[in-house]
Amino acid sequence: MQGFTTVTGTAAPLLLDDINTDQIAPGVYLRHFRPDYAALLFGLRRYKPDGSDDPGFVLNQPQYRQARILVTGANFGCGSSREQAVWAMTAFGIGCIVARGFADIYRENCLKNGLLPVVLGEAMPAFEALVTRIDGSAPFTVSLEERHILAPDGTRFDFAISDGERHALLHGLDDIGLTLELADTIAAWEAQISATAPWQQNIPGK
Amino acid sequence: MSLTLIDKIWNAHLIGTRADGRDLVYMDRLVLHELHAPHAFSRLAATGRTVRRPDLVFAALDHTVATQPGRDDTTNPAGTDFIRATREESRNRGISVFDLGQDWQGISHVVAPELGMVLPGATHAVPDSHACTVGGIGALGFGCGTTELEHVMATQVMALKRPKQMRISLEGSLSPGVSAKDVVLHVISRLGLSGGRGHMVEFAGPVARAMSVEARFTLCNMIIEMGARSGLVAPDEAVFAWLDGRRMMPTGEALELALRTWRTLASDPDARFDQDISIDCTNLAPQITWGTDPSQVIGVGDAVPDPGEAGQRALTYMGLQPGMTLEGLPVDRVFIGSCTNSRITDLREVAALVRGRKVADGVRAIVVPGSSAVKRQAEAEGLDAIFEAAGFAWHESGCSLCAGANGDEAGRGERVVATSNRNFENRQGPGARTHLASPAMAAAAALTGTITDVRRLLGGGS
Repeated sequence: MQGFTTVTGTAAPLLLDDINTDQIAPGVYLRHFRPDYAALLFGLRRYKPDGSDDPGFVLNQPQYRQARILVTGANFGCGSSREQAVWAMTAFGIGCIVARGFADIYRENCLKNGLLPVVLGEAMPAFEALVTRIDGSAPFTVSLEERHILAPDGTRFDFAISDGERHALLHGLDDIGLTLELADTIAAWEAQISATAPWQQNIPGK
Repeated sequence: MSLTLIDKIWNAHLIGTRADGRDLVYMDRLVLHELHAPHAFSRLAATGRTVRRPDLVFAALDHTVATQPGRDDTTNPAGTDFIRATREESRNRGISVFDLGQDWQGISHVVAPELGMVLPGATHAVPDSHACTVGGIGALGFGCGTTELEHVMATQVMALKRPKQMRISLEGSLSPGVSAKDVVLHVISRLGLSGGRGHMVEFAGPVARAMSVEARFTLCNMIIEMGARSGLVAPDEAVFAWLDGRRMMPTGEALELALRTWRTLASDPDARFDQDISIDCTNLAPQITWGTDPSQVIGVGDAVPDPGEAGQRALTYMGLQPGMTLEGLPVDRVFIGSCTNSRITDLREVAALVRGRKVADGVRAIVVPGSSAVKRQAEAEGLDAIFEAAGFAWHESGCSLCAGANGDEAGRGERVVATSNRNFENRQGPGARTHLASPAMAAAAALTGTITDVRRLLGGGS
């Protein structure tokens, strides 16, 4: 995974709560073995049943077609654990999602794909102040290094993220590699459990 | 120090803490499935990594498999590549496959406990959000994405932040015609879609305690729908009896030792929860969803609420108006299946209701057993004959209409009463209108052709 660098671009407002991963990456598109992830993002909302663009959907509006930041409501990414709902976002070009809150598994999936999940929901005035600065013409800048978002007018919105998550994102750390640093500990644990709780490590009847 | 049951299971599987502060929690079992496994396999291949403990990993074929009688790899053409890639890569890497035509094919969350593969006090990983189903026997299931699946394959652990904990005490008792599905739908409506976010849940109280093991799976299955990652019901003698003799259960001395451990699996009496909630189920009516998320729930006799501007989209999608009642609304399809409600007890309940009756004209009703073992058991009991005589289609096992990934889907504008877990827009087919309800309520809808309070068919109630 590449390290996270600064994201600069327009912010698209999709100001709804509880957007689920079936909406972000509809199942009907995931039937393809190698789908076009950028094209399937919000597929059943972006396109009309005849396949043409729905001009009412925010990402079809000219000023948001190149959006790099998505601004959305509470509990974003609830429902299915499908990671395609993150891959669709990054394939489209979104590098940061600013939300009032994320569903747990979706947030985890974001972190594993270099997509920065920012929560401004704890301070509603901050979230609303950010939303009022969205006009589709001027870019926002997201700095993970500084843990802040700069609006086009220079207003700064600070956000929180743990040191561990920030470090992993900035350096694009290999999640599996991090865990395998403790491979010996895992092996020692298995040996101990085999002795004290053998049913956990040994499956009969396979 | 007093501990909750979830603390105890977590601590018992805690390998250590990683450099970034995350707990490494050992996963006793991993069940992958064909919708996500091929991608994770190809990533493993690209990085040259191996599956660390293939003996603890199993592959289910459930999401994309066709369920028509006589199905094979190609019956659902869109599933063929997924099925074959999963089968081939699993075999290459020494992972057991629950293959089509074999005894243990089925929905992973149904099959794993049925085999005794997942056990009380165990941790269980599945790249599917309904991994929490196995909480019904007191195991902690963790749903995850594809990258985490790759991580568990390579390391047999998950890197997690320890969640907060919530206890939901289900008080009182359930009336006839009301089941675990009604309880969990009601809980989700009370707590909301994100009410459990950041938490794991222990269900307690007399209602949970009185539930059959199958009903506990139904209860735990939908924990994710209120945003909680996982949860369970503390295991008891009913669970140990239910597991007795299952194919992958320990035997002999190992079983004696396991039972001694399992009998200690409970929260300490004075354990503290971050949230402690009590819900009285005594007068609970059969529940049904009116909207497009699983928290938009009413009692079957209640009026559809006015959800305001935010809920208008759901009402429009579902073709409903505030103030109307759902009872009497014509339905096009009935789906009895999914990891929520497809076990033998669900099928027995439906069969008892439909025996000697007929599915209403114009309704397409389908029963999809949760596993091939459930299917065989139902056939041994003659339930299939009852379903078919009533006009239900009797299918092979798989996720079917719930995931909408196997070719089973409803048409645009069709109204479906389903025993599954998600009524999202387009989930069961573009434009399909899904109402979630219990197996008994689904059976009632099939027989009457309309949304109906099942208690009317029981000869009592409202």
